[in-house]
Amino acid sequence: MDTLLDWSLLSSTLRTVAPLLLAALGGALCARVGIFNVALEGMMLTGAFTAILGNYLFGNVLLAILFACVCVGVLALLFGYLSIQLQANAIVVGTAMNFLATGLTAFSLFAIFGVKGQYYDQTMKGLPKWDIPLIKDIPVVGDVLSGHTPLVYLAFVLAAGLQYLMFRTVMGFRLMAVGENITAAKSLGIRVRRYQYGAVLASGILCALAGAQLSLGQVTLFAENMTAGRGFIALVATMLGQSSPLGVTASSLLFGFMDAISIRLQGFSLPTHFTMMLPYVITIVVMLFFKDKSYLRQSGRMDSK
Amino acid sequence: MLLQMKGITKRYGSLTANSGVDFSLEAGEVHALVGENGAGKSTLMRILYGEEQPSEGRIYMNGTEQSFSSPSDAIAAGIGMVHQHFMLFPSFTVAENIVIGREPKAGVTFDRKAAAEQVKALSEKYGMPVDPWAKVAECPVGVQQRIEILKVLNQGAKIVIMDEPTGALTPLEVEWLLKAIKRLSEQGISFILISHKLHEVLDSSERITVLRDGRVTGTVRAKDTDALQLSSLMVGRELVKLEKKHMVPGQPILDVQQVTVRGGKGAKPLLDQVSFQVRAGEIVGVAGVSGNGQSELLQAVTGLRRIDVGKVALSGQDVTGRSPFQFREAGLAHIPEDRYMWGSAKEESVTDNGLMGHLRSFSKGGILRKSQIRQTMADWVRSFNIKTGSLDTKAGHLSGGNMQKLIVAREMAHGTPFVIAAEPTRGVDIGAMETIHEALLKRREEQGAILLVSSELTEILKLSDRILVLFEGRIAGELTAEEATEEQISILMAGGEQR
Repeated sequence: MDTLLDWSLLSSTLRTVAPLLLAALGGALCARVGIFNVALEGMMLTGAFTAILGNYLFGNVLLAILFACVCVGVLALLFGYLSIQLQANAIVVGTAMNFLATGLTAFSLFAIFGVKGQYYDQTMKGLPKWDIPLIKDIPVVGDVLSGHTPLVYLAFVLAAGLQYLMFRTVMGFRLMAVGENITAAKSLGIRVRRYQYGAVLASGILCALAGAQLSLGQVTLFAENMTAGRGFIALVATMLGQSSPLGVTASSLLFGFMDAISIRLQGFSLPTHFTMMLPYVITIVVMLFFKDKSYLRQSGRMDSK
Repeated sequence: MLLQMKGITKRYGSLTANSGVDFSLEAGEVHALVGENGAGKSTLMRILYGEEQPSEGRIYMNGTEQSFSSPSDAIAAGIGMVHQHFMLFPSFTVAENIVIGREPKAGVTFDRKAAAEQVKALSEKYGMPVDPWAKVAECPVGVQQRIEILKVLNQGAKIVIMDEPTGALTPLEVEWLLKAIKRLSEQGISFILISHKLHEVLDSSERITVLRDGRVTGTVRAKDTDALQLSSLMVGRELVKLEKKHMVPGQPILDVQQVTVRGGKGAKPLLDQVSFQVRAGEIVGVAGVSGNGQSELLQAVTGLRRIDVGKVALSGQDVTGRSPFQFREAGLAHIPEDRYMWGSAKEESVTDNGLMGHLRSFSKGGILRKSQIRQTMADWVRSFNIKTGSLDTKAGHLSGGNMQKLIVAREMAHGTPFVIAAEPTRGVDIGAMETIHEALLKRREEQGAILLVSSELTEILKLSDRILVLFEGRIAGELTAEEATEEQISILMAGGEQR
């Protein structure tokens, strides 16, 4: 660990990019139906906690992930009910959800496991690492691409799938129509709310997977506020990627890479406070170049017409 | 009879938008629906399109009763709507916009090629040329409307409702549209045209139904009627011919000297050494093709834009370079060009909108005097005949004409010696227009000075004592009311020589 750049950096990039990408895809789906989902962070954190809780309850990672999906799905539906049904400002609701998630996971951590700060059980099994046949034997490429958790691979498969869904299928076309001009979509008899709920629910499930990758994939523990702003970075990735799955993948890779470098730099004699800042600094820099102002509309600062 | 609406009544709380309305339409007929803003035309059509449910009444198509609980029901029954504000997806292609809702599929995928072919065939069938692959955002307004019509036809509409179809079109596009409507009606498509432009309605439709205050005041054949009869049906009384009393202009109130506003680098100046005066008891009209400096002139004499050279004085006080607030302090009231952008806050109540700029006279020690405010607002609503649910209704819910009347009431109430009226009756119906013109003339009689900027030549000719014509930022000519004709002004507007 004394060189900054080597092939294992790419491997760790793939690992760190997965949670960002999953959450950012959720954000992209919501953006495409005209909802600015700032609750990604909270949903991801809840996903991380409930994945550990599910694993503790069922002793099975698959069931643990399903459990996380159901729990975050319920949270997402609450977000949907408030912002779609009751027409509350999505940013306010999302912010509230983030605080709710922080408090609720910390509280549950103590109530259920009786610990504060973090929960760790040596006997608990995390997500398996998949060695991909054939590819794993190729030098370098095998080291980079093989040996990740299923969720890492799923993230990229989902990105490709969503790209196809949005730009090739009728369903995706209508989904984008809802985000582009909701009144027009309504006037055509498109069931606008169904699409909005669908997107919010899907983003909840994606965030649950993202959380599970954090708590069961990279490590096998839950720590309070372990998402550490990754949901917000995912949100920036969504905007930077113009809410298209491929674009979001590219921007997530950028942020994932920065995350990986920041972890790597900790091995050097640099103050960790600085190295840990890196992904966030990059986020701010990206925001400076960011021109699409559609998020302003959601926050009510720009007239919709 | 293709369509019959019988005894339609619609109430919103205490407000009755439609009351016992009967309406019918034959196959291939063009039937116009006219009425003032807020007369209930849009409500009636929203009911037909399934966007609203009637409180009472029935709808029959080909003799069988129908009930539309959503637009999709209406679409399925062959009714299509072209909204006043287009319902398009700007970043999508023309073909995508037309087929949306009934996309050609291959499995789950959207077959965009098939869509384009379908649109091409459709546009040839109805003689409405469009490029299926063009982005809608890049199409001119006239083409966007064509896309809307094609979309509705693609949905299988036999009845096309068009809400204020000519509002945003250029004269050439209007002509094209009216011809297209005629041609389509010969192909068996029926049209309902909502409009308040009487001459267009008289030209293009077979029957005309007039609504007033939610009731039908008459259904007439276009060839048996004229604009005069229609307008009296709409307004409910004979329109009084406005009388312009003879006035001798007094002191100059607005004095503009050599005002220049530079354009961008290398561009022509937006205003080029403009000098004129507006005197007490005088209305000065400013005519010109839009974009020849009218907006800049308005902004210069209201303090909204800094001038590069020149002087502006109000009531003898030099206000050059002052803030809009100081301009108003010096005695200016301003009916702005764009009532939504400059003149109102759509999300706020009628009362709050009326209060704008009047806060000081309605408060004491920083506390608003609620009862006095409500009293005054109620007075304005009554004297300007503003149709609003209540004083707490959101301003955005008022129709354009009623919003405009509220702004005129508010600005007139300042009682300032100088008033700017920019496009005071744009998109406003005859009744409201009359009210606004009366208010302006009354102010003139009270020795007010008025600067009227309008793109409607008839309005300029009717109200002004003197007429200035702007061309490329310069005053291209000045005419007195007696000598001015529409033709002369048009020549000056186009950059021609005076006489």
